[in-house]
Amino acid sequence: MTWEVVIGLEVHAELTTRTKMFCGCPTTFGASPNTQTCPICLGMPGTLPVINRRAIEFGVRTALAFNCRINTACRFARKHYYYPDMPKNFQISQYEEPLAEDGWLEIDVQGGTKRIGIQRLHMEEDVGKLIHDGTLETAPSSRVDFNRAGVPLMETVSKPELRSPEEAAAYLRAFRSVLMYLGVCDGNMEEGSMRCDANISLRRPGATELGTKVEIKNLNSFRNAQRALEFEVKRQAQALEAGEKIVQETRLFDADKGYTRSMRSKEYAHDYRYFPEPDLVPLKLEGAFVDGIRAALPELARAQQQRFVAQYGLPAYDAGILTQSRALAGYYEAAVSALAPGGSTASPASAKAVANWIMSELLRVVPGDDERAIAESPVPPAHLAGLIALIDDGTISGKIAKDVFEKMVRSREDARTIVQREGLTQVADTGAIAAIVDQVIAANPKAIADFKAGKTAAAKSLVGQVMKATQGKANPAIVNTLIEEKLAKV
Amino acid sequence: MIERKDVEHVARLARLALSAAEIEKMREQLNGILAYIEKLNALATDDVEPTSHAVPMVNVMRDDAPGPCLPRDEALANAPDRAGEFFRVPRIIED
Repeated sequence: MTWEVVIGLEVHAELTTRTKMFCGCPTTFGASPNTQTCPICLGMPGTLPVINRRAIEFGVRTALAFNCRINTACRFARKHYYYPDMPKNFQISQYEEPLAEDGWLEIDVQGGTKRIGIQRLHMEEDVGKLIHDGTLETAPSSRVDFNRAGVPLMETVSKPELRSPEEAAAYLRAFRSVLMYLGVCDGNMEEGSMRCDANISLRRPGATELGTKVEIKNLNSFRNAQRALEFEVKRQAQALEAGEKIVQETRLFDADKGYTRSMRSKEYAHDYRYFPEPDLVPLKLEGAFVDGIRAALPELARAQQQRFVAQYGLPAYDAGILTQSRALAGYYEAAVSALAPGGSTASPASAKAVANWIMSELLRVVPGDDERAIAESPVPPAHLAGLIALIDDGTISGKIAKDVFEKMVRSREDARTIVQREGLTQVADTGAIAAIVDQVIAANPKAIADFKAGKTAAAKSLVGQVMKATQGKANPAIVNTLIEEKLAKV
Repeated sequence: MIERKDVEHVARLARLALSAAEIEKMREQLNGILAYIEKLNALATDDVEPTSHAVPMVNVMRDDAPGPCLPRDEALANAPDRAGEFFRVPRIIED
């Protein structure tokens, strides 16, 4: 039996503001426990929250990038529940009047792209961190760190338009890319900066009604999200095919064991009694505030990828890798323009050469999605361009260049300095190379015999020996030509 | 009409332990409040926007500038229980 999979995702993203959503406490990750709190985020009586303008700017920026409608009437609401990670016993969130609604995000699917609808985007505050002494089930008590309580959190809910676990993972990748390009979230899923819950149900192909859905929490990586959903598709299909009913419930993904399990119902009671937050007046987001944010939106990865293909003649695959972060794309363009003298346009050959060097060498040394590592790369863009220029003008061979690159990584020097100091300049003197070619041919009668017997591969081994004799410094094109000439005569 | 079970439900959500007498007292008082609010239904309010705030203000925001935090010992001073640098809370899951 076949089933259509219906998935919707809720992503919570911690915003990279300096301070919390409603108070001036810093948001530094990893600070000593309970040192970034104040009477407001600890929920002490008589305190009043005040909205962080930058958090709202980040929310609007993201909403615009997701093609959402910014609601002019926007209000905060109290969401009530008791859990020890929340000092106030309510979370300031948004309910009926979220910041933005009705947008979309384009994702990569097999053989093309697909638009996934975004239902809503709203702002709220994060909660504290619980540390259980053992597991939640067995802990006699738990410890609470409220440093995270009150950190600006942006919740984005997709429409149930994802049709497979792979599409869900693609959505998360595209989502993270947008947030990181916008500079509103660091996208670090291990540190919990981006967290995902999924709603998933199955139905018969062609059915218009949705099946009973299950919510899965605790999806803390793209891979775990996909694994949890794949498990859940199988579990629900088996249950339905056995004639069972799916129970609407919240399940937790156990990444170590690879399955989802039902959460005990008392962990989450869905009776939140929302009402408008009396301590915060409404937001009316319009006019210059929104227009200014719209005008300052950066070029996003997908647009940049398409431009790289059009402008530099790169394959889409290369352009995709180079646009995995804004920093890497910036690195690429800086290196390409350094190769184009005086503002001229770089040739497609050198644009491709830069892409190749980044993909095959730089990314071995520097993670492509780590903005800081790229900014602090031991080989900055100008140095990479300098290395490629030395290959282009025949100063060094491509093979030597790889060794030079390793030395550049270690010493942080530019290519020319290393090449000059170590005498790595390519030998392009035909006379000097010819002498070595003669020596190699004289020393290898067997290779000559093989060549005469029709084994053309013997020529290659002679080229290799000449390169070895010159420590790789002979110009390979000249060596090839000379060997061919000599062999034609024997 | 608020019934006894409604009071019990809300009391549980609010973590209030009420005696039988208190539940009955709350039930009467809550019904009294609801009856009073019901008077609004006598007015035509179709064209009136729901009021969430009595002050005509919007867009009150602050700069993203750090302010002082509480020293940890002060933050923990009122906690019923602490464990070193942390607040300590009793077992979360009910048996």
